[in-house]
Amino acid sequence: MKLTGAQILMKVFQEEGVDTLFGYPGGAVVDIYDELARTDIRHILVRHEQGGVHAADGYARASGKVGVCLVTSGPGATNTVTGIASAYMDSIPIVVITGQVPTHLIGNDAFQEVDIVGITRPCTKHNYLVKNIDDLARILREAFFLARSGRPGPVLVDIPKDIARATAGYKSPKAVKMPSYNPTYNPNMHQLQKVVKLVQDARRPMIFAGGGVILSKSAPELTEFARKAKIPVTTSLMGLGAFPGSDPLWLGMLGMHGTYRANMSTSACDLLIAIGVRFDDRVTGKTDAFAAQSKIVHIDIDPTSIRKNIPVTIPVVGDCKITLGHLNRLIEALDLGDLDDRRREWLDTIAAWKSTQPLAYQQGETIKPQFVIEKLYELTRDRETIITTEVGQNQMWAAQYYHFEKPGHFITSGGLGVMGFGLPAAIGAQTACPDSLVVDVAGDGSIQMNIQEMATAVQYGLPVKVVILNNRYLGMVRQWQELFYECRYACTSMEHAPDFVKLAEAYGAVGLRAEKPEEVEAVLREGLFSPRTVIMDFKVQQTECVYPMVPAGAPITEMLLV
Amino acid sequence: MTEENHVLSLLVDNEPGVLSRIVGLFSGRGFNIESLCVAETTEPGISRITIVTKANAPVVEQIKKQLNKLINILKVYELTGQDFVQREMALIKVTAKPEHRAEILRIVDIFRCKVVDVGQEHYTIEVTGDQGKLAAIISLLKPLGIKEIAKTGIIALFREPK
Repeated sequence: MKLTGAQILMKVFQEEGVDTLFGYPGGAVVDIYDELARTDIRHILVRHEQGGVHAADGYARASGKVGVCLVTSGPGATNTVTGIASAYMDSIPIVVITGQVPTHLIGNDAFQEVDIVGITRPCTKHNYLVKNIDDLARILREAFFLARSGRPGPVLVDIPKDIARATAGYKSPKAVKMPSYNPTYNPNMHQLQKVVKLVQDARRPMIFAGGGVILSKSAPELTEFARKAKIPVTTSLMGLGAFPGSDPLWLGMLGMHGTYRANMSTSACDLLIAIGVRFDDRVTGKTDAFAAQSKIVHIDIDPTSIRKNIPVTIPVVGDCKITLGHLNRLIEALDLGDLDDRRREWLDTIAAWKSTQPLAYQQGETIKPQFVIEKLYELTRDRETIITTEVGQNQMWAAQYYHFEKPGHFITSGGLGVMGFGLPAAIGAQTACPDSLVVDVAGDGSIQMNIQEMATAVQYGLPVKVVILNNRYLGMVRQWQELFYECRYACTSMEHAPDFVKLAEAYGAVGLRAEKPEEVEAVLREGLFSPRTVIMDFKVQQTECVYPMVPAGAPITEMLLV
Repeated sequence: MTEENHVLSLLVDNEPGVLSRIVGLFSGRGFNIESLCVAETTEPGISRITIVTKANAPVVEQIKKQLNKLINILKVYELTGQDFVQREMALIKVTAKPEHRAEILRIVDIFRCKVVDVGQEHYTIEVTGDQGKLAAIISLLKPLGIKEIAKTGIIALFREPK
């Protein structure tokens, strides 16, 4: 059977179970779009290609499937770079299809030509330029395979216009075989025996879980392990939801804006079991001082994550789900004695840290941003709610004051820290989960970085809710200036902003505003229960800071507190 | 921790962009490349790349892991610390004044090199050996005036058990 490149692309989309695309057409992909229109694949027309990639990212995280984004050559392709880099840092499985100028023009500085494969080499798991129509089907299947297997990540496929139009024989798919790509899923059992021994001997163990637990869908195994061995759990920002926020063993988030008890625990523990993390500098602070008293076990599917930043006692390369499954079986067979008795002192110490230094803020005349998140949590805790965030203070307050019970319900640009991520990611999540309540927690700065996606949300009837914590500042940078730059507020004031209520209305959405603490709940109720797309503008205290805070490069236990 | 030279030997898919991925990895992550050699093997579609990098032990460990992670890399071997042979070739264009010609040829003879190009004013010498030998001949020829030099960088293979 002879098919065109565009038809082969659609065939592979169907083979791979792709039912939704986020994209933006252009000259180099017009043949692909022409073919797409003949399929029943749903296409969400974003308003900027960056938004398209973030939406695919949000879709992937909310659905557990590979997110797909389709854009044209040149500027269409370069606009995807931030989204790709964010997905790469957070190991999110997405496939980005870019159009390219016809093969005979490549290298000639043709109209809308850019070497996107060259540009995205360092920020993709892998990428391809298709130069021969006969390679197209294989490359596309490899792209999906690579994106979702091992440590997931973004894969880009650059398809020249003439390849989309050329024809080739199409064969049914066979299993993808890549001799140079063999992720290690099964851990070394010998290493696991050593881990179990450490668990048995530890007096003050703790678990530090990350995004890898969520990506490998091993939150149930993690919870079982922690409860069985009675080990308190902290997570990175990316790991929020990997362990129930209501569990007594929950320590809160670790790191620069982590809880007092989580950060203090790392310096007091004698065994740190790190699972699916990469020890980002925002988590470790000064690396020499991080968990300096402790033996460290590090479980991760990517060997490069192990011993990259932190020396470890026992490295375990393997899939988190498989590894935790083995650990649970091994622990089962073990006599851990009276765990209540053994852990009492350690858990009492942690409880004391919690009661002396809980997450806290002071109420005032003006709306406190933390109060908005607390109310948001109260009003949505019984509904299936997905929280996305922008980046900065809004992201940290959402991480601190919203409590996540399940994985896949907190979607944030963790590694790259992309302002403008939350709204398009919410659109992607809402597309994947039409029955969920999807809320983007935003700041007045970041929301303006991809505000144009409001039109996308309204066009497709996606009822995402945007909660703007509006402090008229680039708040996180302002906070750094206040704390470390002697209050010199260089270029962080955003006095002039659009009227977000009118802006929402201009987009055909609902706009609401609260200016006093007593208005917060009513606005949230009205906004969250609306069937439409809504922006809620909360005029919050302008100079509120996120606490605790560990100054960059300081030991994680040296926190500035409220 | 001390930084030392490590010889890495990679088998890679012979595809466009593979070298760029490797070089990009080194520059992007701040690793050093002391020398780099690429050529096809006898197996179609597979090339061997020999890289010499200067790094301390944990960094070399990280370099090897990062290289292994690249999709087009089939195998990463570290030769340093094991039994292996290494060779480098240099072409040295040395000023050859009449009064120095005999001495240059003596050096060529002692080092078992070849003169591959001769002119009124120069000899071009081809020399092959390990880095010590190359350094030695270069230091002997330097006072006579080296006009230009081109080196291949190291290539290396494991020794087989005898």
